[in-house]
Amino acid sequence: MLGFILRRLALVIPTFLGITLLAFSLIHLIPGDPVQVMAGERRLDPAFHAEVLQRLGLDRPLWEQYLAYLWKALHFDLGASFVTHEAVWSEFLKLFPATLELSVCALLLAVVIGVLAGVLAAIKRGSVLDHGVMGLSLTGFSMPIFWWGLLLIMFCSVYMREWAPAWALPVSGRLALEFDIAPRTGFMLIDTWLSGEPGAFKSALSHLVLPSIVLGTVPLAVIARMTRSSMLEVLREDYVRTARAKGLSPSRVVFVHALRNALVPVITVIGLLVGTLLGGAVLTETIFSWPGVGKWLIDAISRRDYPVVQGGILIVATLVIVVNLLVDVMYGFINPRIRHAK
Amino acid sequence: MSAVLPVEETSAAPPSSLLDFWHHFSGNKGAVAGLVVFVFVILCALLAGVLAPHSPIEQYRDALLTPPMWAEGGSARFILGTDDIGRDMLSRLLHGARLSLMIGFVAVLLSMLPGVALGLTAAFFPRLGVLILRLMDVMLALPSLLLAIAVVAILGPGLLNTMLAIAIVAVPSYVRLVRASAMAELTRDYVVASRLAGAGTARLMFNTVLPNCMAPVIVTATLGFSDAILAAAALGFLGLGAQPPTPEWGTMLASARDYIERANWVVTFPGLAILVTVLAINLMGDGLRDALDPRMKKL
Repeated sequence: MLGFILRRLALVIPTFLGITLLAFSLIHLIPGDPVQVMAGERRLDPAFHAEVLQRLGLDRPLWEQYLAYLWKALHFDLGASFVTHEAVWSEFLKLFPATLELSVCALLLAVVIGVLAGVLAAIKRGSVLDHGVMGLSLTGFSMPIFWWGLLLIMFCSVYMREWAPAWALPVSGRLALEFDIAPRTGFMLIDTWLSGEPGAFKSALSHLVLPSIVLGTVPLAVIARMTRSSMLEVLREDYVRTARAKGLSPSRVVFVHALRNALVPVITVIGLLVGTLLGGAVLTETIFSWPGVGKWLIDAISRRDYPVVQGGILIVATLVIVVNLLVDVMYGFINPRIRHAK
Repeated sequence: MSAVLPVEETSAAPPSSLLDFWHHFSGNKGAVAGLVVFVFVILCALLAGVLAPHSPIEQYRDALLTPPMWAEGGSARFILGTDDIGRDMLSRLLHGARLSLMIGFVAVLLSMLPGVALGLTAAFFPRLGVLILRLMDVMLALPSLLLAIAVVAILGPGLLNTMLAIAIVAVPSYVRLVRASAMAELTRDYVVASRLAGAGTARLMFNTVLPNCMAPVIVTATLGFSDAILAAAALGFLGLGAQPPTPEWGTMLASARDYIERANWVVTFPGLAILVTVLAINLMGDGLRDALDPRMKKL
């Protein structure tokens, strides 16, 4: 097992180096040197320009600059934002819980409903239910999620408020304004729970509903399709027939014997979906004014805050690599055939 | 050498391969429906100049936020209503179809050609292949929308850069796919025979192996087409894609949030256009996959 993990780890290192190279070159590929980029439209005094270049080490050869960048990145020093002058890493740490909370809720929604729908579709293959699930999941997969978000906002902020005001869900931010909760963990659900303030937890939860639905839609569609096809395959296996022949109840055969094996490929897909979630977070957070990493990155791009863009991209990519590595390792645990394959 | 060049003896090449394909494809009702809708969108795009009742960028200051003709206060002058600065929605949507299809087409072409070339190279030259695959891993580590955003951050927003960004992001999937299928083909007898007959590497790559790898590539290209439309709309929505007043569907939605309470048609129609087009292409892609490449059926 250790050998397997080490082999996977060895594969990750070049990818990580590539990502740092990409993030590093980002700022050098933008027309004009970084100091000019920082100055924006302002005209620069050439002497001052040269001085800043030297102070930032930008006059040194590129490979030296890259090594310095890499060294700093490995110590979580990703520079400071042009706009707020705060360290990129600490800004990220402050915003990440919001994105993580949203992504986890979205994924939870997608897994629970997706697996259930996929299993039902597989059991009732060819039925109206099956066609309905497959049709809906293809629609979900084709959905421009930013529009889906707008539709839900329209429905909740306009129509629900007229028909059933009690059920109108909040459409922006993480918590109603009347609450002032000190951030302890950064996860609003936990913080409001700990604060014990009446109604705060409910408010936080209700703010999560619509963004989670929007962000969870594409993963839900993918998981439902994947579960269905993997379940169909497993249901044909001999051991499922044996279980049935033994006289086990149909639900036990499906949910205990078949589903366990059918979920193996689904887990890989969930790993791959982390990228989709983080990409989707950019759109979802923008629509719902959710103060997370995605919105932070988009704002940074429109403000030309390059250290944030550079650092954010490096962090997100590293995150995706790490999650995929974890999924690989987990896969090795679940499925010994992978672990022992050379 | 010319004496031993293979005389393409594929003997029983089924004369009706196209018919066979159509037989499989038309068995899938969803795929046929997708095809019909897609053809309709193509017609809209081609005939946008004729069909559109107004110019897509002309602002009718006397008719801001006019509702669609069937709604209260609507008129037949603007069938689907007007947006916040009085532009005709229908005309903008029709011209938007043109843009979306162009973006999809160009992005697929710009990602497929280098992707296929790199994939074949990786399969034929294993040492170079390792390098190419590592490079693709780097690109795959970033969520595709974020990578596209990063590329646009470098190149600057705009329609052309949107297409480039989307194309760059899609390259790795072709590389991996073509490499994998080419590697499988390389062990087949017909490739060995062709090599023994004296075919050069280039001929082997493009004439012998490539045609047999095309089925999954076509399927991926179809799905890449819908991905490109979605990604372009997302970039447009974020303000990083096509810039106003370009009638791109995503760009049209960028400012729509402000009118959610007053003018739902401004929000509804562009998104519906995106969804219907993308769904049609995905339905078609499913049918193509089942018809062309039964091995991928279960995915």
